[in-house]
Amino acid sequence: MRITQGCFSFLPDLTDEEISAQIEYCLGRGWAIGIEHTDDPHPRATFWEMWGNPMFDLRDAKGVMMELDDCRKANPDTYIRINAFDNTRGFETVTMSFLVSRPAVEPQIIMRRTEVDGRAIRYTHEVAR
Amino acid sequence: MDDATPTTIDLRAEYEQSGVREVLDELDRELIGLAPVKSRIRETAALLLVDRARARLGLAHDTPTLHMSFTGNPGTGKTTVAYKMAGLLHRLGYIRKGHLVSVTRDDLVGQYIGHTAPKTKEVLKKAMGGVLFIDEAYYLYKPDNERDYGQEAIEILLQVMENNRDDLVVIMAGYADRMDRFFSANPGFRSRVAHHIDFPDYSEEELARIADSMLDAQGYRLDEGARAAMAEYVTLRRAQPHFANARSIRNALDRARLRQANRLFTQDRPVTADELCTITQADIRASRVFSGGLDPDRSGRKDDPHEL
Repeated sequence: MRITQGCFSFLPDLTDEEISAQIEYCLGRGWAIGIEHTDDPHPRATFWEMWGNPMFDLRDAKGVMMELDDCRKANPDTYIRINAFDNTRGFETVTMSFLVSRPAVEPQIIMRRTEVDGRAIRYTHEVAR
Repeated sequence: MDDATPTTIDLRAEYEQSGVREVLDELDRELIGLAPVKSRIRETAALLLVDRARARLGLAHDTPTLHMSFTGNPGTGKTTVAYKMAGLLHRLGYIRKGHLVSVTRDDLVGQYIGHTAPKTKEVLKKAMGGVLFIDEAYYLYKPDNERDYGQEAIEILLQVMENNRDDLVVIMAGYADRMDRFFSANPGFRSRVAHHIDFPDYSEEELARIADSMLDAQGYRLDEGARAAMAEYVTLRRAQPHFANARSIRNALDRARLRQANRLFTQDRPVTADELCTITQADIRASRVFSGGLDPDRSGRKDDPHEL
């Protein structure tokens, strides 16, 4: 099942040139770039593994692309996303996040219904491989 | 409009449009002397312009290797020229951003095993799209210690210089003789650095002009006596140890301003604007250079080479 999270996820996967261009945009706005990866795409799994430190003082997207290549090499069959952090006073948060890599076969996210007291229904989501 | 290859290219117009002219004019205007350096930069600019024209006409062209080495004594303008070079390469479109990251051994080499590679990569990432300026590059290589981490930094640098030629330009700078030894011990660098530019020492007349322009920029001037004293100072200072060309001049002027301020402060009457701007003979003649140079007991101090 194709996971849709962050920007551009309803579009076809971005090519490396497109990723570069998006990073250029982020750097142009003074945002810091971080690379994160995970094998668990559950929507509640907000904390992914960081790949190195966030990059605060880059001028060119090439620096991020080098790290991304390293990350892909080290984690070939995982989800990788790029986060752009805006440190402007009042924001101080991730302002843009998009997927840049997916595993060849993506896991399913299935919904489970559980009947509890008084025939109430509880819904949970699970990642099924 | 049309994608057809043009049949002619006006190099003169290219030269004007690309903004290369501004950089070269700025170089001529702001840097005194350095004639061989300027002509080498002009040649490099011409080569790159021609190369760009060839690419546009669809002729065979290869991204030229732009890594450079700047050799010369301290204070001859290597860093200043490196900044100009970054601007030039940016305008010609050989680097995307045109910033300069200036580093020394400490920024590249780590202190323990596994520390060097991330440190060097960090610097390289910052320099992507611009110029990486490695001052005193020969300190990276320490032949007497085979476990030195400098070797690791050298290997990463060589790899990036080869694989990321489109992304960054490396300029290495240092004393001529030590750079020569560095290159002969590291053949990898020798073959990857195409342009060697040698920075000559300044003549006395050039140093006098440099002094004038430095003072001018700060809103000071020398009176007649001070001008003569300055010329004498330059002659004497050159013969003494640790002479660092323009940097020594800058330090001498800073100290002259100090003495001038002290002189004005201790005199017992109001000062005029003219007095505030003028450095007199007395301010310069008080330098220790005129009384035989370095004190014997201080000349051993290596950490303070520019102080007099």
